[in-house]
Order: sequence, then structure tokens, then C-alpha cells
Amino acid sequence: MTHQEITDKLSAAFGEDIIEAVVSYDMLTIIISAEKNLEVLLFLRDDKDLNFHFLTDLCGIHYPFNADNELGVVYHLHSMVANIRIRVKAFFPSKDPVIRSATGLWLSAGWMERETFDFYGILFENHPDLRRILNVDDMDYYPMLKQYPLEDGTREDKDDAMFGR
Amino acid sequence: MTDTDIKIKEAPAGYEGPGFFATTLDKAVGYARSHSIWPLPFATSCCGIEFMATMSPHYDLGRFGAERLSFSPRQADLLMVMGTIAKKMGPVLRHVYEQMAEPRWVLSMGACASSGGIFDTYSVLQGIDKIIPVDVYIPGCPPRPEQVIEGIMKIQDLIRSESLRRRSSPEYKQLMAGYGIE
Repeated sequence: MTHQEITDKLSAAFGEDIIEAVVSYDMLTIIISAEKNLEVLLFLRDDKDLNFHFLTDLCGIHYPFNADNELGVVYHLHSMVANIRIRVKAFFPSKDPVIRSATGLWLSAGWMERETFDFYGILFENHPDLRRILNVDDMDYYPMLKQYPLEDGTREDKDDAMFGR
Repeated sequence: MTDTDIKIKEAPAGYEGPGFFATTLDKAVGYARSHSIWPLPFATSCCGIEFMATMSPHYDLGRFGAERLSFSPRQADLLMVMGTIAKKMGPVLRHVYEQMAEPRWVLSMGACASSGGIFDTYSVLQGIDKIIPVDVYIPGCPPRPEQVIEGIMKIQDLIRSESLRRRSSPEYKQLMAGYGIE
């Protein structure tokens, strides 16, 4: 199964909802519309030839300068039968950071979606238990969004002049 | 028998005569306490590995009367914080400190525990002295075992020089109140 065959199969089934398919670092990356995320993932999982049964990873990403597509969710899938890995990306505006949860397809998405919510504030619809998982519970912002500084504000021993800040 | 080079710790100041020795209770108790520390190792990263080397026979912290580690805070005298403390770990560390009985001392080992170290980031506590009082800081990333021993010796100096019930002193009460600890 080649990258082209996977792309053709998806385009035949979903048409416009497959926005882009590129190969980067020998890995097929498919950008889909966020509204159809579950349908595409279900197709990839259950199609007899594709058989992407394993959700390797799920994470968020923030491109603050992509107008109306600032936030994204990245799914890494693995077809163990064919030994092929692909990336599936879905982008949506940061004003309305909502996407349907993949926990109905893979239970392992649960903690990964909690982590994505914890760091990017992405809301996963129908997630059974969407709350912070790694950061302190009373944190009042989403630290991986690029408008927030990486450094901690309470640091005292760093002299800005000596550290070029 | 060959000549040996064993150093005997000096006795505290006092009056000595044939068959008796007299000193103040403070000094006698401080002397005993300083050579029977039960440390609680709160090791979260690489400083903990250096501490393991310090405990092992080559450096042998047992020579200073501190070979018995206590893994229950209720029995420990000295809290040794070694490694990066994430903000989520902060309340746990404070809880451990609050469970320790008086008299208690805290030793902060390495850059991370003392100031946050290289982890100037949103998830890491920028020094444990933000949540609990610290008696001795050991610099280094990580510090060598010799430095840890030096730190323990500084703690021993503190123990010997403090009054019997330091928790009764107004300074100590003020310090605890500053951290909101009863």
C-alpha cells in the first residue's frame, strides 16, 4: 500500500474534506476538515485495506499566525498489518476550539485528549472526563499557547542584563 | 599495633574533673542530636543519585551519624530535598514537611531545589523556599558528595548551636507564620 493509494482512497470517500496530503520525512500527512474528524478516523481504522488500528499519539499544535486555523489536533496512526504510519491533522479557529473526541474510537485517546486540553485549551466534545492531567489543577491558563511566556514569573535570581533578556 | 589516624569528635565546652564532666543541657542534647540525624531523602532527580553515592561506603555518611534514612516523615529530623520540584509536587513536599516532628531541619540540595535551576519554566517551582523554610542550601548541578557532606556538617553546626526548644523562640514562630505553617 503506497502513500498515493491511501490518499486516493480517502479522496474518493471524502472528497472536499481531505484538504491536503503531503509526504514529509517519508511520512504521509493528511490535513482534513475538523468537522469530519471522526468519520475519517473511523474509515482509516475500519477499512479492510487501510487497517490503521493503532492510535500511536494524539497532540495539539498552535500556529498563531494561521488566521482562523490557529489551533490543530494531530493524530498519529499506525497500521500494524501493513506497517505504515500516517499523520492526520485537523485545524480550527482558536476562538472556537472545539472538536469531537476520539474516545469512542480508541479508549487510549482519553488521557491524550486530557493532556491536549491541559496545554492548549482544546475542548473535546463527548470526552468522558475532560480536566487537567499534568499541570496543577488551579492553573488559570493554557501554557503551550504561544501568547504566554515560557519562563516562570516568580524567578528571582536571574539578572536580565546578564542573560540578555 | 600500628598508629591509626582516628579523629575523635571534641566534647562540648564544660567542666572536667576526675570521673565527671559537666556542661549545659543545651550543649549535651545538641551534641547528641547532631550525631544522630535521621534524614528523609526527598530525591526527585540526578541530585538523588549523588546522594546515593554519598550514602554508599566510599563517602559514607554513616560516619556523621546519619546512616539511618527515615522513609517516614514522622520519624525524620532532616528533610533533604534533592532535585527538581515541579509545581504539582509542591503541595506534596509541604505535606511531608508538615508531618515531621520538631525539631526539624531542611537541606536544599542542588540548583533546582534551591532556585529552580535551569528549569525557568511555568511548571517548575522556582526554589523550595517558596513553600517551606530552608536551613542549608548546597550549590551545584549536581553537587559532589563532598559538598553534600559539607552541607550535613553545616546542619550539624546549626543543631549544636541552637537552643533546646528552638520552636519556642519568637524568630522561629515568625518564620513559620511567614510560611503559614502552624
